[in-house]
Amino acid sequence: MKPRHKRTAIIAGGLAAIGIAAAFVLNALDSNIALYVTPSEVAAGKAPQGKAFRIGGMVKDGSLKRDSLTVHFIITDTAKDIPVAYTGILPDLFKEGKGAVVQGRLDAAGVFAATEVLAKHDENYMPPEAQHAVDQAQKAQKTLKP
Amino acid sequence: MSNRLINWFKFASPQSFYPLAGRMIPWFWALAAVFGIAGLWISFFVAPTDAVQGEGYRIIFIHVPSSWMSMFIYLVMAAWAALGLALNTRLSGMMAQALAPTGALMAFISLWTGAFWGKPMWGTWWVWDARLTSELILFFLYIGFIALQAAIDDPRRADKAGAILALVGVVNVPIIYFSVKWWNTLHQGASVSIAKSPSMAQTMLWGMLIMALAFWMYSIAVALMRVRAIILERETHTEWVKELSEVKQ
Repeated sequence: MKPRHKRTAIIAGGLAAIGIAAAFVLNALDSNIALYVTPSEVAAGKAPQGKAFRIGGMVKDGSLKRDSLTVHFIITDTAKDIPVAYTGILPDLFKEGKGAVVQGRLDAAGVFAATEVLAKHDENYMPPEAQHAVDQAQKAQKTLKP
Repeated sequence: MSNRLINWFKFASPQSFYPLAGRMIPWFWALAAVFGIAGLWISFFVAPTDAVQGEGYRIIFIHVPSSWMSMFIYLVMAAWAALGLALNTRLSGMMAQALAPTGALMAFISLWTGAFWGKPMWGTWWVWDARLTSELILFFLYIGFIALQAAIDDPRRADKAGAILALVGVVNVPIIYFSVKWWNTLHQGASVSIAKSPSMAQTMLWGMLIMALAFWMYSIAVALMRVRAIILERETHTEWVKELSEVKQ
């Protein structure tokens, strides 16, 4: 074995060891790295008790209600719903049927009192005409379904 | 040693790489200018407005290429570092050292433009999600690499120490890339990837890809300029440097 082969082997071995170690660490940290929990996980009791946390999901269509400065809406992952109350300014991309992440606490009545609302954007970028065409197509499909 | 190998190794010596790099630099600058102008023109005048984000989405024409570059430059830097450790070539360490500041710049631009976009769109400048945090760690890795190299006086030892840091940090790059897949993050998933067709309008995609090419050319040009400066600095004592026309004057 030439010295440079030996050094190459040491580098490859070292990288593999670091990679495996990192994989184990990330695996162990899994749930702590996630920015938010889903409404289903909250319903299953996986949300942290007694401290603030974040819920991520869709803003349910037709659920947005304004009551002076406070807004009420429902955040959903289609399986479970969680009602949210928030006083403050909503981001530009916040819309019914779009993704959002809310931070706050669950109160005794099961309403999530949010201190911060963030809009989550998806990876789709398209001009308004294309968006219009997509909306039309989806509408057509809905009316076709019995 | 075969003929093929001799040709290849010729440019591994600083003495023969120095003039080669000098000849390549103007070409890369020219390409960077051409792609940059074309890319910016498409970004601002040709690409349509986004249906949801309005004009604010145009930050992707800077944000995405700089993020890609920040990750790719780190991979290249780590590859040079590994080569330097394995083969004990002097040029490898110089290349890694020349790439680091550009990589740090790209990571910084990525974080900065992301924050600018995040405030109006998400409603926050910063959030500690996996994508943003791992990109910040990448920025710190670049800074750490530069600092470590600068702190050691003997260049050969500095190269070795830096190479080990670069190689240990390389584990972060796949974490950045896959973070949006592995965990719940506020950052959206990839719009462009090998696995699926891109989820963005054609002209937007072209604008972004041409801007990415411009960033590539700029990075190569700057890295080559920097490596020439490093070669001159480290080889001042040699005959061939003293013989150079630009040094003699």
